[in-house]
Order: sequence, then structure tokens, then C-alpha cells
Amino acid sequence: MHPILSALKHHKTTVVLVMLEIALTCAIVSNALFLIGDRLSDMQLTTGVANNELVWVNSDSLREDGNPASRMSLEQADLTALRDMRGVTGVVRVNSLPLLDAAMWRSGISVQPGLPKATFNNIAMYLGTPGIVGELGIKLEQGRDFLPQEYADYSPSANQAPPSAVIVTRALADRLWPSQSALGQPIFMGEKGKYVTRVVGVTTHLLNPTLSGRTNSEDNLLLPVRSIPGGMYVLRMEPAARDAVLRDIPAVLDRVDNDRIITGSNSYARTVSDYFHDDRALIWLLLVVIGCLLALTALGVVGLSSFWVQQRTHQIGIRRAVGATRNDILRYFQTENFLIVSGGIALGLLLAVALNLLLMKHYELPRLPLGYLPIAALVLWVLGQLAVLGPALRAAAVPPVVATRSV
Amino acid sequence: MFGYYFDLAQRSLRRNPVLTALMVLAIGLGIGASMTMLTVLHVMSGNPLPERSTQLFYPQLDPRGMDDYRVGEEPPTQMAWIDATNLLKARKGTHQAAMSGGQVTVRPAQGGNRAFYVDARFTTADFFAMFDVPFARGGGWSSSDDDKQARVIVVAKTLADKLYGGGQAVGKILRLGQNDFRIVGVIEPWSPVPHFYDLTSGGYQDGEQVFMPLSTALALHQGIGGSLECWGYMSFNNLDRKTAPCSWLQFWVQLDTPAQQRAYREFLVSYSQQQKMLGRFMRPPNTRLHDLMGWLDYNKVVPGSVQLQTLLALGFMLVCLVNTVALLLVKFLRRGGEMGVRRAMGASMRSIFAQLLAEATLVGLCGGVAGVLLALFGLWVVRQQPAQYAGLAHLDAPMLYATFVLALCTTVLAAMFPAWRACRLPPARALKIQ
Repeated sequence: MHPILSALKHHKTTVVLVMLEIALTCAIVSNALFLIGDRLSDMQLTTGVANNELVWVNSDSLREDGNPASRMSLEQADLTALRDMRGVTGVVRVNSLPLLDAAMWRSGISVQPGLPKATFNNIAMYLGTPGIVGELGIKLEQGRDFLPQEYADYSPSANQAPPSAVIVTRALADRLWPSQSALGQPIFMGEKGKYVTRVVGVTTHLLNPTLSGRTNSEDNLLLPVRSIPGGMYVLRMEPAARDAVLRDIPAVLDRVDNDRIITGSNSYARTVSDYFHDDRALIWLLLVVIGCLLALTALGVVGLSSFWVQQRTHQIGIRRAVGATRNDILRYFQTENFLIVSGGIALGLLLAVALNLLLMKHYELPRLPLGYLPIAALVLWVLGQLAVLGPALRAAAVPPVVATRSV
Repeated sequence: MFGYYFDLAQRSLRRNPVLTALMVLAIGLGIGASMTMLTVLHVMSGNPLPERSTQLFYPQLDPRGMDDYRVGEEPPTQMAWIDATNLLKARKGTHQAAMSGGQVTVRPAQGGNRAFYVDARFTTADFFAMFDVPFARGGGWSSSDDDKQARVIVVAKTLADKLYGGGQAVGKILRLGQNDFRIVGVIEPWSPVPHFYDLTSGGYQDGEQVFMPLSTALALHQGIGGSLECWGYMSFNNLDRKTAPCSWLQFWVQLDTPAQQRAYREFLVSYSQQQKMLGRFMRPPNTRLHDLMGWLDYNKVVPGSVQLQTLLALGFMLVCLVNTVALLLVKFLRRGGEMGVRRAMGASMRSIFAQLLAEATLVGLCGGVAGVLLALFGLWVVRQQPAQYAGLAHLDAPMLYATFVLALCTTVLAAMFPAWRACRLPPARALKIQ
């Protein structure tokens, strides 16, 4: 070990530069790996509905003369026409869907009556027409589906009494009643909690229409209603039928009434995939950056080691001549590389934590779990050893006779 | 002299093509990545109205109740109808306009054409003069049109062409929803980036196709959209936007001189006090007056993800630079013998330094070309993304020059240290090793 260290002392600048490069790479790679893990964990969330069997369509009627009754009958006509489509097994109308990234109604609720202010705020509200639970494929963990008579006329925008029954998610139930069963519990809504509704069921999972951060992504209520102004139709079918149904929807709706604008339609699986598009793009970007950084660092190490091997050819010859084996020479360059990379990693880990603190401060990222640091360190050690192998083998191949040559 | 150095540099670089390619690649990658992200950042944080931006201001008032009151809280980002009307009537600025976004249903007259939605801006007369909107034909409406709730509209040229082919659009009657409107003006394509005057639906949306007097839109229930921030419980069904305790209007005022700006700040405070005395405002005066760029800044219009990616690209470039410095150092020190001979033959330290920098300059030039190509590719990739700002990511001439200059400067700077180290090698020692 000692001769290696004293040899390195003669190349302080170069060694420091390589260490710096490895340290920067280590800092960026560990943070990039962490960002990738962070995004991947988001993308693995369960929506709580039958992702691959749903198609949605959003249609606005242009008949502004319509009163609520005629609007409802138009909705009913649309629903009937859509249900009759080939391959469609069910149709409901909803206000929004998990990860739709639009039409999110939020409200404040309480679990005690008569409070001046709601205790739980920003609870998302899903409204659905008869069949909502079954047709969307929402799984109930506890309790029951809505009864036909529970579907009521209700609009969250109208400050009126909600339907008498509500289904909540497991996550929300645990938040509202941490130590009790949620079934039958009252939820108070509206000004000073003057309206009450009771929990009849608990879903295992149902994501909000939009996620904001990591927390409370399943804080939502599901309410049974008869009609939804400004809502959307959701059709359930076998996955294979989706394309044909999507293609035919405009014609089917136009046959009911063509004074309308279809503002959007898509298969739900594609909607979910679109929601994570930015995350996927970021992951690819980070992977490319990690790849380029590692390649650059490796090539830098190769270039430097080759230079050193070339510079020391004479000395290697002398060492071989006085009895060093090929293995000794190989081991020498490998140990040297290990020392330099270790120095770089030590500095790099500090930089990684510092970089993470900077990112946390400015971009609301969570703290870097320390588990990512050994991964980055291991990657760099392996990379350094691989990069030095070629030049080191060339060094080991130097014949002892070189020592006798003057140049 | 430099011709000779470049000739030497070329020979030296050719002698070790792998190392040279590695350096060019490192610089190219670093420059390409950082210029891609810097260009995106440059486009996204640009000044939407360079001639006017210092004279345009966005006043904020705080009409909320005392519930949840905290000292030092920021006022709402939009204005309630009553305040906007009062500020318009006060006429304290050179121009002022209240506005909101939304969409209207265009029903083309020709049979068979289906109705469609277009984005609309509901605003007041000064909008066009204040923002210097370029008209192709006709002009805006007058403030008396605002008062009369006149059924007039201004349309964008793209919509006019779509509806009437190349024909004259001004004077035509267009049906929007249930009502007929007379087109009084056609504007040239106009889409400021960022969409500064209304940031409530993303900072980088396209310009609107239809402009309508705000009072008319309210009276006829045309589709006013955008965000609505309300305080207190109320029904949103049959919402009366004129009286509801909600802020939903953007308000801009043009103030040309510092004196005018100072006066306007004072006016906002005295207006708040007056409203508090009248019992409409509850809180102590809480006003803001951002100028255009300040308003963009306040709203953090550039998404955090773009800043993060820029930071990443710069970090990447730093690694590339360190890599280049290390490689150049190795390359220069390896030529100790050659330098020693040149020194011994009488070359000064300075000329050795110049020779080495010439070599670095050549590497920098090649790296610059590689960087521009990579940046063009990177921006093409950005344009394929579905984000609102993606279509804007183009390399303009200044950024192209900047890329070259950056590549050259960074390489030459990176070469300074290795060249300095190399030219200080004592010639005698270098010769002796030989």
C-alpha cells in the first residue's frame, strides 16, 4: 500500500481531478437514482378501478333551453344508446375518474355535528349514477354497495343535502375513525356541518382525480346521485372491444342528438398512462444522464490509467526484472484505482447529501434514503475496476526486458 | 504564428484520435445537455412584452373576511367584480383592463359545419391598446361598448380564415352560443409567451380566438371559465359573479412613470381603507402591485421540473468539464519531452502556453459543433413531449451563438490550468527523462 500512496503523491493534481469527477458523478447518480425510485413508486399506485376495461367520453349538449328534466332525459337516452353498443357491458355517468387530472371537486367534512368549521378539508368527491361501484370495478372491503333508492338528486355546487349513503376509502376511514369501524358512522357536510350522510361501505383503494404529493392520495368520498351536469360517461367492456367502441361512440351519441360537442374520449388505460407521462419522461432523462455520466467517468479513468501505464513502462520493467509477477503489477494498478475511486466516493457521499438538501429546499423533494448511497458507491467501484482492467492488463504484459532499454 | 500553432495542434490531436474523440464527446455532451435545458428555460422565462413590461402592473386587493386571518398573508391572486369595476372607473392608470378567460361555442353559419369550442377572453376596451395587440383589420371596441353591453367581438385571424376563407371578416355577424355578435376587428396571430395576463390555466397556453366585452359576456351568460376563489359558504348554482364573495378577474393597469406608480400604490391602500370604512373589506389594507416580470416571478411560472432538469444538465456539464481538464492535463503532461525540446530551442513559456491553448481551442470548436447538434436533437426530443411549453423549444440565433461561445470559453478555461502546469515543466528535467 505504501509505494502506491507515495507514487500517487507525485500526481496530486491528476488524482484530485479524477477524484472530483468521481465525487460529482457519485453525487448526481445517487440523487438521480433516488428520483427514479421516487417516480416509480408513484407510478405503481393502484387506481382502484378496472383500468383496462373502461372507456370514457365527455359530451356537452348545446341545447341551452333545456330544464333539468329534459337534460336528465337526454342523459338517460345517451346511457341507453351507449349500453346497447356491441361489447359494452355497462355504462355509468360520473363527475371524474382517478388520475383524470380534471373535474376535481373538493369539500370539507367533519365527523362531529355542529362544528363551525370542517375538520377534514380537501376531501375529493366522486359522484356516480346507479351501478357506479360495480361498473367501474371498485372493490368493497367492508359494507355494501348503494341501494337503488339511495341515488338522489344532488350537486356539490348547490349547498344542498347530500344523499343519505356514502362510501369512503380505507385510507380515509382510517383517518376519520382511527380506532373504530367506519360502517354506519355519520359524516357532516355543508355550512357548520348541517347535513349528514352515513357510511355504508369502505373501498380497498380509490385514487383521487389528481395527486398532490405523496400524502392523502386516497382521501375521497363516493356519493350516489341520479344525474350529473357536466359529467362524463364511462363504459365497461372487454379490453379487446375498446378500440371499436371508441371509434363508434361519436356516431352513437349523434344518433341520440347531434346538437352537442364531444370534448374528449379515451380509453382509461391511456388516460392513466398520460397522467404519468412527465414522470416517465423524467425517468428516461435521468437514465440517459446516468448512462452518459458513468460512460464519461469510465472513459476518463481509462484515459488516465493508460497514460500512467505508458509513463511507467520503464519502472514496470524494472519491477518485473527484480522479481514482481504479472499479478503483482495487475494488483498494483487495481489497488491504485480502488484507492482513488474510494477517495472520490467518500467526497461524493458528502456531495450527494448536500445536493439532496439543496433539492429538498427548492423542489419539495423528500430526504434521500441512505440506502441509495451504497448502491451508487458499489456502481462506481465496479465501474472503476472495469475501466482500469484494460490498462492494468497492458501494464502486466510489459516484459522485464524493457528495464534494460534506455528509453 | 497562430496558423503554425493550429497546424501543430491538429497534428497532435490526430496522433491520439481516441483521446481527442473522448474530449470532443465530453464537451459536446456537456454543452448539448446544458444548452437544451437552458434554451427551454430561456424560452419559458422570456419577457412576453419587452417594450411594455416595465409599465404594466398587476394590482392585488384583499377583500376576504376575518376567518383564518393571518398577518402578512398574501392577498388573493385575482379580483372580485366590484373592486375591478371600481378600479376601472377610477381611471388612475394610462390604461386599465379587467378580464377573465373561458370558452364560447362557435356556430358557423354555413349549414353542415358542426359547432365547436374556442378559447375566449372576456375583457374591457383598453385591453388591446394596453397590450399593443396587432390588428390585421378593424380595431377593438370602445368603453361605451363596455357600458352598453354591446354585442361586438374581436376574433383572431386563424378563426376568421377558418370561418370565412380569405374573405373580409370585419362587419360579419357570428353566432356564439345563443347570441349573434358583430365582428369589429381581426387580430394578427398574437400569443405572448408566457401567457402572462392570465396564469390561472397554465403559463404557456395559446392565445385566445375570440375577444368579447366582459359586461356583454356576463349579461348573456357566455362561458366564463378560469378559476374562482371564494370565501364563505354559498351556492355555486346560478352563481351571480357580480355579487358573489369570489375573486375571479385578472386586472392589469399601465403606469408609465415612477410617480404614477407611487400614486397607484397609495391609491390601492386608500381604496382598501375606504372599502373597510364602508364595511365591505374586513381586513386591514393588504395590497400588492407587481410589475409584469415580478408577477411572473411571484407565480413561479417556470415549472419546478424544468428548473430541476436545468440543474441536472449543469451538473452534468460540470462533470464533463472536470473530465476535460483531467484529459487535457494528461495529454499535455505526456508531451513534456516535446515541450522540453521546444523550450530548449528558445521558445518562451508564453508561446508554449499559446500553443497548448490553440490545441484546446480546436477541441472546443469541435465540441461546440457536437454540442449544437446534440442540443438540436435534445430540443427535438423536448418538442415531442405533450407539455404546454413543448412546442416553443427552438434554438434561436442568440442561443446558437451562445452555445458556440460557451463551448469555446469553457474549453479554453478548462485548458488554462493544464497548459499552465505543462509549460512550467522545467525543460532540463523533461529532456533528462528522455
